[in-house]
Amino acid sequence: MKKDIANWGNYPVMESDEQNFIMLDDMARYVRNTETFIPRGNGRCYGDASLAGNTVCTVKFDKILSFDAATGVFECQSGITLDQVLEVVVPKGWFLPVTPGTKFITIGGAIASDVHGKNHHIDGCFSHHVEEMDILLADGNIITCGPGLHTDLFEATCGGMGLTGVITRVRFRLKKIETSYIRQKQVKAANLEEVIRLFEKYKDYTYSVAWIDCLKKGKGFGRSILILGEHANLSDLDAKQQSAPLQLPKKKQITFPFNLPSWVLNRFTVKAFNFLYYGKNFKKEINNTVSYEPFFYPLDAILHWNRGYGRKGFIQYQFVVPMEAKQGLIEILQRISDKGLGSFLAVLKIFGSQDSLIGFPMEGYTLALDIPVRKGLFEILDELDRIVLQYGGRLYMSKDARMRPEVLKAGYQHLPQFLSIVKKYDPHGKIRSMQSDRLGLTSQVDTPVYTHANTTY
Amino acid sequence: MPTVLILGASSDMAVAIAKKFASEGFDIQLAARNSSRLQPLQSDLSIRYNITATLHEFDAEKEESHEVFFSSLQPGPDITICVFGYLGEQKKAESDWKECSRIIQVNYTGAVSILNIVANSYVDAGKGIIAGISSVAGERGRQSNYVYGSAKAGFTAYLSGLRNRLFHHKVHVLSVQPGFVYTRMTEGMPLPKPLTAKPEEVATVVYKAILKKKNVVYVKWFWRWIMLIIKSIPEFMFKKLKL
Ligand SMILES: Cc1cc2nc3c(=O)[nH]c(=O)nc-3n(C[C@H](O)[C@H](O)[C@H](O)COP(=O)(O)OP(=O)(O)OC[C@H]3O[C@@H](n4cnc5c(N)ncnc54)[C@H](O)[C@@H]3O)c2cc1C
Repeated sequence: MKKDIANWGNYPVMESDEQNFIMLDDMARYVRNTETFIPRGNGRCYGDASLAGNTVCTVKFDKILSFDAATGVFECQSGITLDQVLEVVVPKGWFLPVTPGTKFITIGGAIASDVHGKNHHIDGCFSHHVEEMDILLADGNIITCGPGLHTDLFEATCGGMGLTGVITRVRFRLKKIETSYIRQKQVKAANLEEVIRLFEKYKDYTYSVAWIDCLKKGKGFGRSILILGEHANLSDLDAKQQSAPLQLPKKKQITFPFNLPSWVLNRFTVKAFNFLYYGKNFKKEINNTVSYEPFFYPLDAILHWNRGYGRKGFIQYQFVVPMEAKQGLIEILQRISDKGLGSFLAVLKIFGSQDSLIGFPMEGYTLALDIPVRKGLFEILDELDRIVLQYGGRLYMSKDARMRPEVLKAGYQHLPQFLSIVKKYDPHGKIRSMQSDRLGLTSQVDTPVYTHANTTY
Repeated sequence: MPTVLILGASSDMAVAIAKKFASEGFDIQLAARNSSRLQPLQSDLSIRYNITATLHEFDAEKEESHEVFFSSLQPGPDITICVFGYLGEQKKAESDWKECSRIIQVNYTGAVSILNIVANSYVDAGKGIIAGISSVAGERGRQSNYVYGSAKAGFTAYLSGLRNRLFHHKVHVLSVQPGFVYTRMTEGMPLPKPLTAKPEEVATVVYKAILKKKNVVYVKWFWRWIMLIIKSIPEFMFKKLKL
């Protein structure tokens, strides 16, 4: 059925014929007989990666195929979301090997974006934990691939933004946990220099992330809170927690009912940040034990918080620069604060080394920030792109809705190789999205994929 | 835990019903044509809900196989839910007997054949619950789908008679009357949103109605009143309507 769809940033919007499937043979028949399409998970990428005139939506293709609670090997259809996986595996003493900042993404989406978590420097990307998967190709055939099995297809699919085919089945390894709690340490940093020092000091922590106040100028420029974590052992828990160490967190959720003017959310986040930073209880360092939910998914407690950015939507700008390009990080943050881009909080993480074909991470610092869409924004972002490239960095396709093709090309050295693999498995270029057309990855020849896109901003 | 047999387990509605009962701890028997297609559902239900789910080959149109099918179920199900149905194409059915008879056979003859067998077995046992998913389409014939509607009308009448008979044997029969439902079968049809139920809503209604031993339930509830109005339109007017 045709309807308007958008991803998490609510920008852009496009009319799409979204098809849902429960049965693999129905999906394969549709894929074989459809001129062009893009796979779609839960629409949690921010931009236009899973938008197209025809989308093959996997969220009903969500069955668990096997789970060995002794070895932690989990096998499922691609449309299952991370929250459903957690519900099944946590009580049995297992956890996701890698998780992004929301649990509402599909396993297919986790591989197509090759997502990273707060533990990239220790555990790498999601795909590092995949043993094997099935890809439904554009011609309707299915190929099983993995590290060492149709390796070219495997590598081009991890981070390949859906362009090789529909991931249908995945087998991956979970991470063993003793409890469902996290031993958390929060450390206050007075400025950017300090937080970078702290990252270095605490680099052995499995999980680390920093929230940066982008508005603070002068001496306190880049003041932040570094949040570190380890899966808690039984002995870390108090008596009450010990009675049910693998308990699932209680479901408490509120829903953002409608679109708000964009300043509301900004004020809200600033308040939250200031509360933490200046809060009476916030000493230089806080140590406590919390459930995994607030640690990994603080934003999931508010469903549809993206509506807080208003109807025009927003962009999440995420880039990575190499470790030695610390100066680049400072320059970009300064630019953001000077331009008053309206994003008050940015998230800073470190990546460990990774050698992938088309995946986003490379050893270095990655910064992500939300910016409401408005006039003149894209020109400013183009400027930031130039700085990122100048320092040898790149942008995350999964967050992108606006970068220019040259920026992609300059950032991703293996792009030509990636494209030749895509062409091998989809010779007629059937699989394409608004993003892949925009970035020149798929040729936009005679039939433009999209019919209407809200590009007035 | 009691066992639920789901007849016609491949549809969106059946999958939702299976999930609902499994999540409440029931063991599930999934019966359908090409039942191996349901292996993912089988593993999913067993792993998510820690229950036993099994697959069984069943074809509503092959009445001669029904006796063997039902007697081979181990254990015999405590609850049987008849979900299968075939919407077919009204236009085609008007001139193509094959299509027409298939609609009648799946929705009426096939259902009667298997439920006769289930009913007799429950009578012998002196207990059991049968639920049949019929349709509001069976409450008044309309030009747009009266072949399907008439088969469902037959099925609705069958269920009501069966309820009457089995009551005296401590066996309960539930008739479920869904209005519009979002399924793969109706994808692409412009259904009015407030009147259309999700498969999960149907599942919840069926589950609760079985627990409470209801006789006839509508999904959504106002369909009862909509159909009351539709049924009360005098025939001389009704025949002129384009419905
Ligand atoms: C609040 C929030 C926090 C986030 N935090 C992080 C983070 O910390 N780290 C990180 O890496 N990402 C993060 N993300 C981004 C998110 O994890 C990715 O965009 C993810 O790919 C979304 O998955 P999805 O299932 O929603 O897929 P969609 O958004 O629908 O699609 C994303 C891409 O995957 C492709 N795709 C989806 N399913 C399949 C399939 N079955 N087969 C082939 N291709 C497929 C689509 O074509 C598209 O290119 C965050 C997003 C949000 C909203």
